[in-house]
Amino acid sequence: MNDFEYIRPATVSDAIAAAAAPDAAYLASGTNLLDLMKGGISRPKRLVDVTRLPGLDRAERLADGGIRIGAMVRNADLAHDPDFAKSYPAVAEALLSGASAQLRNAATVGGNLLQRTRCGYFYDTASACNKREPGAGCDARHGENRLHAVLGWSEACIATHPSDFCVPLVMLDAIVEIEGRSGRRELALEALYRLPGDTPERETVLEPGDLIVALRLPGEARAFAAHARYLKVRERTSYAFAVVSAAAALKVEAGKIREARLALGGVAAKPWRARAAEQILAGARADAVTFRRAAEVALSEATPSGDNLFKIELAKRIIVRALTLAAAGTPARIAALPASPFASVSGVLHDA
Amino acid sequence: MNLSISLTVNGLRRDIELSDPRVTLLDLLRERLDLTGTKKGCDRGQCGACTVLVDGRRINSCLALAVSLDGADILTIEGVAHGDQLHPVQAAFIAHDGLQCGFCTPGQIMSAIGLIDEAQAGDDPERIREGMSGNLCRCGAYAGITEAVLDAQQALATANQRRSA
Repeated sequence: MNDFEYIRPATVSDAIAAAAAPDAAYLASGTNLLDLMKGGISRPKRLVDVTRLPGLDRAERLADGGIRIGAMVRNADLAHDPDFAKSYPAVAEALLSGASAQLRNAATVGGNLLQRTRCGYFYDTASACNKREPGAGCDARHGENRLHAVLGWSEACIATHPSDFCVPLVMLDAIVEIEGRSGRRELALEALYRLPGDTPERETVLEPGDLIVALRLPGEARAFAAHARYLKVRERTSYAFAVVSAAAALKVEAGKIREARLALGGVAAKPWRARAAEQILAGARADAVTFRRAAEVALSEATPSGDNLFKIELAKRIIVRALTLAAAGTPARIAALPASPFASVSGVLHDA
Repeated sequence: MNLSISLTVNGLRRDIELSDPRVTLLDLLRERLDLTGTKKGCDRGQCGACTVLVDGRRINSCLALAVSLDGADILTIEGVAHGDQLHPVQAAFIAHDGLQCGFCTPGQIMSAIGLIDEAQAGDDPERIREGMSGNLCRCGAYAGITEAVLDAQQALATANQRRSA
């Protein structure tokens, strides 16, 4: 790990001033950043510790029924908050399907949004990676790439965004509040992320010094609480990143879908909202035929970036399965194996 | 830059001058405080051997900067027994053969204590396995570990009932 200057500011404005310097980085819990620094992938010269900043460590109910979650709220605390889990069950399920209990106890909301890709070539400093070293090339493009992107990728970068949490957040129109050198602004979470294009090193629209201070979920998103799921295929049942995941939420009336939301994880450099599929679902019957049609539309622009053609069909099946589970209704309690396809409800086909 | 911190470690207050901001909680415990019960496995947050409780919550001490934890209360495997009387989780690991080589065991036990405090798993073995998935055991003592956690949880609940009766 390279040496660095450690600063623990007392106010948000001091933090922004300290972090606007070149090669500065914010430190929250550090569960991703310290790992990257130990591997020599990230080499900040200054760490600005934001864990003690006032007011960022709690969640509050808003007048519109929504919730504002401080950026330093820990993943486990949010997932186990009974009101939150009841109101936004797919988000709670996604949180509990990510990482391990130890990591969820430490990892913060803000840090989760800004975690880096787990592309093995990004992590291996002996490999060429345009994200780590702009212009170096991409060894993943013709390497071991069965887990890489099938949507929104470019020749410069085929890495995926690893977060589970962000998938249902994007589905439910979450907003991020950002403090920066020019004051406070807010942004749809979906618009925080950039697709790689020719500049995969620029992953978000954040500017130097910008600090995510809070995340908001609109009260309107609670209306999906009765039919909302997150489903995640991984290479082992727990403590693994998604190969493909889907968040699905429905408003169902008499077997018909009034409104639908759908987003995918593990398929692109950002959590992938499937708006065209949502249009297919709205007004249609909540059945397998409709779900498959929506899945086809959601992946209509997908192309393999390597040995990952299977992910396209897998994503379609996971969409069908997630929609089927959402239509069946949110369980009263999150399954013992959160988001696992192996935690089935009776009557639902495993090979949907 | 002032890098002096104070921690409460296993009930004792420790004032520590850090020579370097890079020191993780794990390295501080092992190298500076000679508390080598906490193990360094992967050092990257993947194996759970370094699990300790910080302010009552289980975390990976390899992925925490000591300087950032100034003022925290730390509990390690060295602090869980009362003299010669083992913590109920320690006793249950022995009773149920929840170990073979023992390298992962301090992390397993600290993680199990954290899991029982979190009170999310109940007596469902599947939820216990899921809740313990951040602790790898290369010897594969998982069946015994699950039984030990179930048993210890029961023993702690009974002891608490007796105390409140």
